[in-house]
Amino acid sequence: MPEVNKPAPTISPSMAPFYEAAKQGRLLVQKCDDCGLLRFPAHELCSNCLSTRANWVGVSGRGEVYSFNVMHQVYHPAFAAEVPYAVIVVKLEEGPKVVSNLVGVKPHEIKCGMPVEVVFEKLNDQVTLPKFRPRASQ
Amino acid sequence: MSLRGKCAIAGLGATRMGKNYDHSHALGFAIEAVELAIEDAGLNRSDIDGLLVNPGVTWSNAMASFALQQAMGMRDLRLTSTMNAGGATAGSMVMHAAQSIAAGMANAVACVFADAPLKPPKPQAGKDGGSAAAYGFARGLDAAYGLFGVNAQYALVARRHMHLYGTTNDHMGAIAVAQRKWANMNPMAQFLNEPLTLDDYHNSRWIAEPFHLLDCCLVSNGGLCVIVTSAERARDLEKPPVYILGMGQGHPGGDPMDTLVSGAPLAKETAFRMAGVNLQDIDIVELYDCYTFTVLITLEDYGFCRKGEGGPFVEGGRIAPGGSIPVNTGGGQLSSFYMWGMTPICEGVTQVRGEGGRRQAPKHDVALISGNGGILSTHSTLVLGANA
Repeated sequence: MPEVNKPAPTISPSMAPFYEAAKQGRLLVQKCDDCGLLRFPAHELCSNCLSTRANWVGVSGRGEVYSFNVMHQVYHPAFAAEVPYAVIVVKLEEGPKVVSNLVGVKPHEIKCGMPVEVVFEKLNDQVTLPKFRPRASQ
Repeated sequence: MSLRGKCAIAGLGATRMGKNYDHSHALGFAIEAVELAIEDAGLNRSDIDGLLVNPGVTWSNAMASFALQQAMGMRDLRLTSTMNAGGATAGSMVMHAAQSIAAGMANAVACVFADAPLKPPKPQAGKDGGSAAAYGFARGLDAAYGLFGVNAQYALVARRHMHLYGTTNDHMGAIAVAQRKWANMNPMAQFLNEPLTLDDYHNSRWIAEPFHLLDCCLVSNGGLCVIVTSAERARDLEKPPVYILGMGQGHPGGDPMDTLVSGAPLAKETAFRMAGVNLQDIDIVELYDCYTFTVLITLEDYGFCRKGEGGPFVEGGRIAPGGSIPVNTGGGQLSSFYMWGMTPICEGVTQVRGEGGRRQAPKHDVALISGNGGILSTHSTLVLGANA
């Protein structure tokens, strides 16, 4: 099978702390220094208070599947062998939502509300992707 | 000052739709549509003193309305703009035209959409997901996880609705089937001669679950133009005036996965207040339908049923020919042609005039027209009527 790399995100300066932490197995989101609202991905402004001051903070990595789809068409050759595959939106316990994949679960076994926790998957030397796996609910 | 009935749509021009290669680019379709609308209204090109353009995805010139003005040799326009609020733009152009005419700033305004995404001999290969990133709520890293395109993003919103309210593919399929029945009576429709059953719908290939191919709108080459003028002027022209009774917009912001509400409630409030109508007064409903799901949720948001009940509401042929509410009577963007918000306006004007032929709704005094852009991001409402 020809080797085609999956599209790797460009590491912008504003997102660099997120990628650095992911390589070390930690999930970060951005936190407004003024009103405390958490957000992801990085934004220049807080959509609540319009502050430009923010920092990155660690989160639990726990959340639930908020929504998901199952992708059947090949939009990029690197995913040709994977269709159909699911893309999930995880709502983290702390509030922000992240797009990701659910590992170890067939697409049609995914349900909204499934409790999940973060795992880290190395894409290349620069990028490690947070993904999620099922966890036992409390 | 209320603008109720102050202006009217006096001209309608539509090119052939779909795999139409009469022109190699959008501008050519735009010119043809404007010429057809001028002829339909019984006007001359020199009567047009306003030109508003909503360029489709393939229009390369950022100043599309100026390009069209120059191409058509139009001089001394009093109003022009290139506008874009996604699928809500067509309604917004009609509003801008009507406001300008009522304010004495222009007399006859051509509102135009045109696009040419289909290329002979075959369509361009799928894009790499750039369209998804165009939306303000698109999240980073999407492509690394295999999330590409608007279909996939809209599917995430539809999934939330299914999860919270029990909406099913049978419900969405009922919309696809109903609209195809309407399209089968619309000579302009790309699917005029192709009937559709619920089984056909379920058997159509998956794009991004929960969306089948037949949950998604068509791709069309073509151009569409309406000419807005004052009510007084319209009464002297060729075709029966289609009065603009109400206009409104609503742009909710936020994450559509959380809200599951379009801008319709806000836009409706403004438009219905201006028109002095309520839902019981509406004879014909033409809703923006980039997806079956969009119709379902828009019906909820206008109050035809309660939030979450759109699925059961569309079952049993309620919105199909012979049902109690004629919805998307030309087949909509799912089954007739995809001209963004111009598709529902075109059909609304056709119906109010009584020019719907075999698909003509028996009662057609008042039409509700919606436009919807992004993923439930922008919304426009028009209330059109046969009487001012």
